[in-house]
Amino acid sequence: MLNEAKVFSKEHEIYIKSVKRKKMLIFFTQISILIIFFALWEILAKFKIIDPFLVSQPSRMIKFLIKLYNNGELFKHIFVTCYETIIGFVLGTVIGTIIAIILWWWDFLSKVLEPYLVVLNALPKIALGPIIVFWVGNGKTAIIIIALMISLIVTIISVHTGFKEVDEDKIKLLKTFGASKFQILKYVVLPSSVPTIISALKINVGLSWVGVIVGEFLVAKEGLGFLIIFGGQVAQLDMVMLSIIILSIAAYLMYAFVASLEDKFLGWKN
Amino acid sequence: MIKLKAENISVIYHTLDGETEAIKNLSLEVEEGEFICLVGPSGCGKSTFLNVVAGLIKPSKGKVYIDNEEITKPSNKIGYMFQKDHLFEWRTIYKNIILGLEIQNKLNDENLKKLEYMLDKYGLLSFKNYYPRQLSGGMRQRAALIRTLALNPDILLLDEPLTALDYQTRLVVADDIYKIIKNEGKTVIMVTHDISEAISLSDRVVILSKRPAQIKNILKINFSIKDRTPIKVREAPEFKDYFNIIWKELDIHVE
Ligand SMILES: Nc1ncnc2c1ncn2[C@@H]1O[C@H](COP(=O)(O)OP(=O)(O)OP(=O)(O)O)[C@@H](O)[C@H]1O
Ligand SMILES: [Mg+2]
Repeated sequence: MLNEAKVFSKEHEIYIKSVKRKKMLIFFTQISILIIFFALWEILAKFKIIDPFLVSQPSRMIKFLIKLYNNGELFKHIFVTCYETIIGFVLGTVIGTIIAIILWWWDFLSKVLEPYLVVLNALPKIALGPIIVFWVGNGKTAIIIIALMISLIVTIISVHTGFKEVDEDKIKLLKTFGASKFQILKYVVLPSSVPTIISALKINVGLSWVGVIVGEFLVAKEGLGFLIIFGGQVAQLDMVMLSIIILSIAAYLMYAFVASLEDKFLGWKN
Repeated sequence: MIKLKAENISVIYHTLDGETEAIKNLSLEVEEGEFICLVGPSGCGKSTFLNVVAGLIKPSKGKVYIDNEEITKPSNKIGYMFQKDHLFEWRTIYKNIILGLEIQNKLNDENLKKLEYMLDKYGLLSFKNYYPRQLSGGMRQRAALIRTLALNPDILLLDEPLTALDYQTRLVVADDIYKIIKNEGKTVIMVTHDISEAISLSDRVVILSKRPAQIKNILKINFSIKDRTPIKVREAPEFKDYFNIIWKELDIHVE
């Protein structure tokens, strides 16, 4: 926007107000839906219209939450899962981007590897879970590697595609300045791929959660995924439901964080 | 003094489907300080020729010399301005125009002062922290010109630098660019589709044939009026004659 001193007409003020009012309305409706959903759940379960043994009940979940908090396990589980996800996510993005850079640098290599990448991309990486557990043992490392694998190939492919779509003429322009290949990478290829990288990040957040939860299903002794599968086995639906809700909140927060990077790095777009 | 010499240039593009002969045996000598316009039918090989001179494409045959030195890779005696301004959207105008200096590690006080001066002169000083998308087409084009001039090249290659502009802006920017370039004593090769533009700016107009590009004719442009400017010469009596000669040479048909 141009930084001019602004004096608005009456009509414009009314317009701004109505936009704001609409936003508020949407927000309150969203909150209301949430409240109504949980209230209905509670009431229906209370009057045994739905079976709390099968679907749990908000008040029981809160009781369970307090119990978990009191014996000090709540944050341990949340922390473990978030830790695994963040490490898997960051590694997937960083390693994927580095490999994409290597492929951009050596075109021959990228042509050679292309069919392998396509196959790896099509393969459901979860299928490799048992092998990884066999190799690195039962534990956090296995979970992180599963999460990493899920996001890695997608990152390589999408970021490398982004690199290849960079305007040839912009590269030519840099060459007329006498730029080296590294400078071309630094000044054009990477910055103009920032939007691609950020959208890869957004996809990776979701994928990393999938990887971590599946990994925890397979091997974990702690974490939200462990609580979910353990709760299911001992018929403790309070535990399962509560974990899923905590998981949704954590996943949402992480996504919101990544989305905020977009505003930060793509400021020039608006 | 001969600044630039292209000697028997031929270019053939190879693709799997076949080969395209873009330039055939083209020779051209350009004097220091001369303003040359290349005109020719679309797709005849004009941009290809500029790419060869800039050292971006190796010709299949022939050689290019600048100050009697053979060109094999991009030289910093040459500044190349493309048809599109290619400002980097993620950099501010200021960051854009220092790009070349940054790459060549020449960000010293003297160069920056010169840039500041040029920004002021071309009316962009108060816009230097804006992003390209916040500027008009003409302003963007001027920014691209400053970016090219920042490296102080002796020779400017301009590939239809004004086509993105509307007619009025185009006249004004052409006038601007002409003054800047003449003030700084640059040698220029410019590609254009606009015959009037070619006449109003050039010392010589080089008319190219259909692909593969060969020189059909070279026309020396002289005006009897004093203090030549691109806008003024459009009124000159010779203007129409030059226009007709080039028009005939180009032999444009619409089929
Ligand atoms: N990289 C390339 N590979 C193969 N053929 C090419 C390539 N670049 C250009 N050509 C062909 O070479 C010919 C000349 O192209 P060039 O871009 O030099 O024309 P031009 O005179 O600049 O055209 P215009 O006036 O439309 O810009 C065209 O027929 C084009 O199809
Ligand atoms: Mg062209």
